[in-house]
Amino acid sequence: MFLQLLLSGIAFGSLYALIALAMVIIYKTSEVPNFGQGEMAMLSTFVAFMLLDTYGHSFFVSFLGALVFAALLGVFLEFVFLRRAKDPNILSLILITLGFEMILYGVASWKWGADQKDLSFPVSDFDLVNIGPAVISYLNLATLLVALVLMVLLFLFFRYTKVGIAMKATQQNPMAARINGIRVNRILSVTWAMSSTIGAMAGMLLAPVATLDPNLMLEPLLKGFASAVLGGMTTLVGAALGGYMLGIIENLFGGYVSLEFKSIVAFGIIVLVLCFRPSGLFAKHYVRKV
Amino acid sequence: MDMKRDYYEDIQLLDSKVLWFWFLMLVAALATFPFIAPTYYVYMANYMAINVIVTIGLNILVGYTGQISLGHAGFFAIGAYGTVMLMSLLHFPFLLALVAAALIAAFFGFILGLPALRLEGPYLAIATLGFGMAITQVIGRWELFGGRMGVEAPALSFFGIPVMTDLGRYFVTATIAFIMVLGARNLMKTRVGRAFIAIRDSDIAAETMGVNLVYYKTLAFAVSAFYTGIAGGLFAFLLGFISPSTFNFILSIYFLAFVIVGGLGSIFGSVMGGIVMTWLLLELDKIQELPLIGGMLISFSENFMTVAGLPNISSIIFGLIIVLLVIFEPLGLYGFWIRTKIYWKTWPF
Repeated sequence: MFLQLLLSGIAFGSLYALIALAMVIIYKTSEVPNFGQGEMAMLSTFVAFMLLDTYGHSFFVSFLGALVFAALLGVFLEFVFLRRAKDPNILSLILITLGFEMILYGVASWKWGADQKDLSFPVSDFDLVNIGPAVISYLNLATLLVALVLMVLLFLFFRYTKVGIAMKATQQNPMAARINGIRVNRILSVTWAMSSTIGAMAGMLLAPVATLDPNLMLEPLLKGFASAVLGGMTTLVGAALGGYMLGIIENLFGGYVSLEFKSIVAFGIIVLVLCFRPSGLFAKHYVRKV
Repeated sequence: MDMKRDYYEDIQLLDSKVLWFWFLMLVAALATFPFIAPTYYVYMANYMAINVIVTIGLNILVGYTGQISLGHAGFFAIGAYGTVMLMSLLHFPFLLALVAAALIAAFFGFILGLPALRLEGPYLAIATLGFGMAITQVIGRWELFGGRMGVEAPALSFFGIPVMTDLGRYFVTATIAFIMVLGARNLMKTRVGRAFIAIRDSDIAAETMGVNLVYYKTLAFAVSAFYTGIAGGLFAFLLGFISPSTFNFILSIYFLAFVIVGGLGSIFGSVMGGIVMTWLLLELDKIQELPLIGGMLISFSENFMTVAGLPNISSIIFGLIIVLLVIFEPLGLYGFWIRTKIYWKTWPF
């Protein structure tokens, strides 16, 4: 029982971790908490559905098509709207991304209606693998693996590639980065493209488990955001760990105490954690200078 | 120009005879409006009055004190359910139930203000958001509150006079909204209002000047929640029926949109924002009935989109309004109003 709950908690946690990573990548470079992330992922998932179902492409073509769409969408939003904001403060940034959320939600429900679609996924949610006394479905296993591979890739990217290091530099001091010859604006666009792609992956992995409708990412986004906050919005590793922790805690609570109040507990824990560590569990808390 | 000679003249609500004149004209217009306008517009006016109260409440928190809240739908729900429950279970009279429910909301606001003392930016956003979600979830699971199915509002009577129609509700709602607007204007002219503004501009500087941060930040949350609670109580009677799904996350975003469109840190702006956005909200639901655009939209939907999803256009337009306003006119309608005023004052230069 415990192992089973733990395992499915980790599987859910890896989805949260993916969304949290997508948010943290943007937050790290430009300090925008992106509330539109979920709807961006949802729209990309719908694009995958459209390519697969309406145009009859093969799964991998549709999957790749959706990822490309996600990247373009990210660049578009950053370039057309966010870059135009003059001298933004945190409130206006949050509001702009909330605006994205509403626009994309409206577009998706206008285009596809509110009825639930079925994204046929090549990996099954019903075939199970035995791991010791517990079982895990192939889909959850795939989710876990994809999340792990992505995390390793991201780590390597930020550690060893030129663009990754330029992103870190942009985050630490945009002005100095610019002086050193980094095209800060282009870095921001790349950041949005990357983050949007990761979010789209999370969306497509989630769609077969949940049902594909415009509300697909509403709760996962909040959970992903919550796990990013739990781990600390400024550390990639922390955000990923936050995602796994949230998934496990939520599942254990759901299994042992009460299934009904599962999602409230997640938020309760976060508020409590934030009271003691205002910048999340794994991030350094910077005291603001006057 | 008249000069102000002492402090009490400076904080007066209406400081000239001209203002008094327009104030009385406004009261007269508000009082005669429902007798002239068709019923639908009276209903709309009720809706507007409620949203104006919420907008002012949220603006006190966001615009004046500089804290963000994504959970105001939670306070709205507390106000609505509190009023209905106090009236139907404990048989409170309407006004008492309304104020008591708003005080309960204010208490929750105080509680939410405590973590806000240490949090800012996205961290505060997620904490308030979690609060809003938790409130609706708890209400939805509680059988006493009618669970997912919701509850019906009891019959409304005001000082023994039964209020059944939109016209009757107009006098209750509009009067309360009017008092709340004046109250907020007054509050912002006092020591408390100035403390809020000081916290917004720089909380550290405010603290060194002797503003008690713990007291005033939690007070801002409590006052804001009180306003939202009052509006929620009135809203329950406007709809006649409330269910937890009404008070979702999207509603909190809508409230923020009202504040932004009206203009941060301005009572007059909030009034405008509440009125204009409510009008837009109600009109956009019937967008396909518009003479020219409606037909075009329907044929466009038939060819490329779904007709069933057409009402979602309001979500797109709302989103666009928020994004474009924040980018191009951060002061909202109030900023627009100020610029128009200056233009005509200095015209033709």
